[in-house]
Amino acid sequence: MKVLVAVKRVIDYNVKVRVKADQSDVDLANVKMALNPFCEIAVEEAVRLKEAGVASEVVVVSIGPKAVQEQLRTALALGGDRAIHIDTEELPDSLAVAKLLKAVVAQEQPQLVILGKQAIDSDNNQTGQMLGALTGMPQGTFASKVAVDGSSVNVTREVDGGLQTVKLQLPAIVTTDLRLNEPRYASLPNIMKAKKKPLDVTTPADLGVSVARTVKVLKVEAPAERSAGVKVASVAELVDKLKNEAKVI
Amino acid sequence: MSILVIAEHNNSELNGATLKTLAAAQKIGGDVVVLVAGHGCQAVADAAAKIAGVSKVLLADDAAYSHFLAENLGDLVAKLGADYSHILAAATTTGKNFLPRVAALLDVAQISDIISVESADTFKRPIYAGNAIATVQSSDAIKVISVRTTAFDAVAAEGGSAGVEAVSGNGDSGTSSFVGEELAKSERPELTAARVIISGGRGMQNGDNFQLLEKVADKLGAAVGASRAAVDAGFVPNDYQVGQTGKIVAPELYIAVGISGAIQHLAGMKDSKVIVAINKDEEAPIFQIADYGLVADLFSVLPELEQAL
Repeated sequence: MKVLVAVKRVIDYNVKVRVKADQSDVDLANVKMALNPFCEIAVEEAVRLKEAGVASEVVVVSIGPKAVQEQLRTALALGGDRAIHIDTEELPDSLAVAKLLKAVVAQEQPQLVILGKQAIDSDNNQTGQMLGALTGMPQGTFASKVAVDGSSVNVTREVDGGLQTVKLQLPAIVTTDLRLNEPRYASLPNIMKAKKKPLDVTTPADLGVSVARTVKVLKVEAPAERSAGVKVASVAELVDKLKNEAKVI
Repeated sequence: MSILVIAEHNNSELNGATLKTLAAAQKIGGDVVVLVAGHGCQAVADAAAKIAGVSKVLLADDAAYSHFLAENLGDLVAKLGADYSHILAAATTTGKNFLPRVAALLDVAQISDIISVESADTFKRPIYAGNAIATVQSSDAIKVISVRTTAFDAVAAEGGSAGVEAVSGNGDSGTSSFVGEELAKSERPELTAARVIISGGRGMQNGDNFQLLEKVADKLGAAVGASRAAVDAGFVPNDYQVGQTGKIVAPELYIAVGISGAIQHLAGMKDSKVIVAINKDEEAPIFQIADYGLVADLFSVLPELEQAL
């Protein structure tokens, strides 16, 4: 079975983002970029399915400017077989990304599509679900366990209050949560080998998808600073303040 | 304008998240209709009809909706929602699961996790794990929105007298089915839904010491969380992790114990209403954002705190 994994290039999660002075966006000039952590988990899961003999091929796809090829090469070094780069200078929203991925799904006919549950830049948590709606595929979001069984997949999901297991008919979509696995590191020989793996480039126009946005960002600002707190001297004083001043207990 | 709010419930009781979602709906203004979809959930519809400011309750009672599978529920909401100007749900795991499907079926964008309503088409939402706040404006005919419940005060659960109207959708999509669930055995609430959270960091020294936190948590009805340092050190499993790559929480009270306050951790909890820091290092960055700080050894403070509660 073929597995398609969507990956996103985002600001490295260790970097403290700064809002631009004109409040148009955050400043991404000269900051370290990386594979979105949840996408790393998605790649790892696909590669594990391949190692277990469940998946035959792992195709990774990313959307964005040429620089996203760095992240595609990383995904190939982690075990992906082949990559697709959808080249666009625009930053498509989740719906456009889902439409682009739908076109790739139509071409590649994967049995399983794995995405991260959300990207740590836009924090939307939408793309996998939207792709499900557009393709008619069932979805297993926030997955902490994925078990493929013949023509279906059982996905254990992290929900408020515990875990829920659903059975999905293949082809299906899975979005990864943190507990799903611990991604491996790319070894130097694998990084070298990844440079020779196939990487096809296409464009939204080739796929017949418009990436125009309907949601406009008017302003990006730094969050309100918290007002300075007080130091208390004892547990008794702390409990008293929480009860009578903050009234939270 | 008419707004459709999808109620969150467990088929017998309405979840408090719905009252907060309704607060966001009322800020937008207009006729507010609540959809209760589930199975054997008449009681939930009756409760929804009593909420102040609700003009009508739609009840879709069908086995296909009993476990809120996104395939079935998304289809139903998209079908009913086409006549509304706004569709709102709480940004809980249930809301996050089905709502983007609704948006895609209606061919509109979704605005996730709003923290304020600026106008009927303009909203504020956190991005980059809360390190920036974006003001966004939607030109879509239908605004599909998930609401960060901790950012809104609940509307009154009583005072309304809306009518309940039965509706039906397309039922079971046949592509997914519920297998089972394993709800947390402890009485403690789940992290992202908890009103109070007490978290431990590297300063806890080992996993056994987390019992000290659990005892306090039991007294407060709190959830127990952890910093990445505590998770990486193997003290607790990684589903405890609060932070940029873990869970983003905004409880009413967050107590950080033995946590220095690295930016990745702060990103996950700095929207909490009240933050308490307990740390023996008075230079720890956590004190810069704490409303109440106590510079002391956690091993003496925690038992004392348990006693005092």
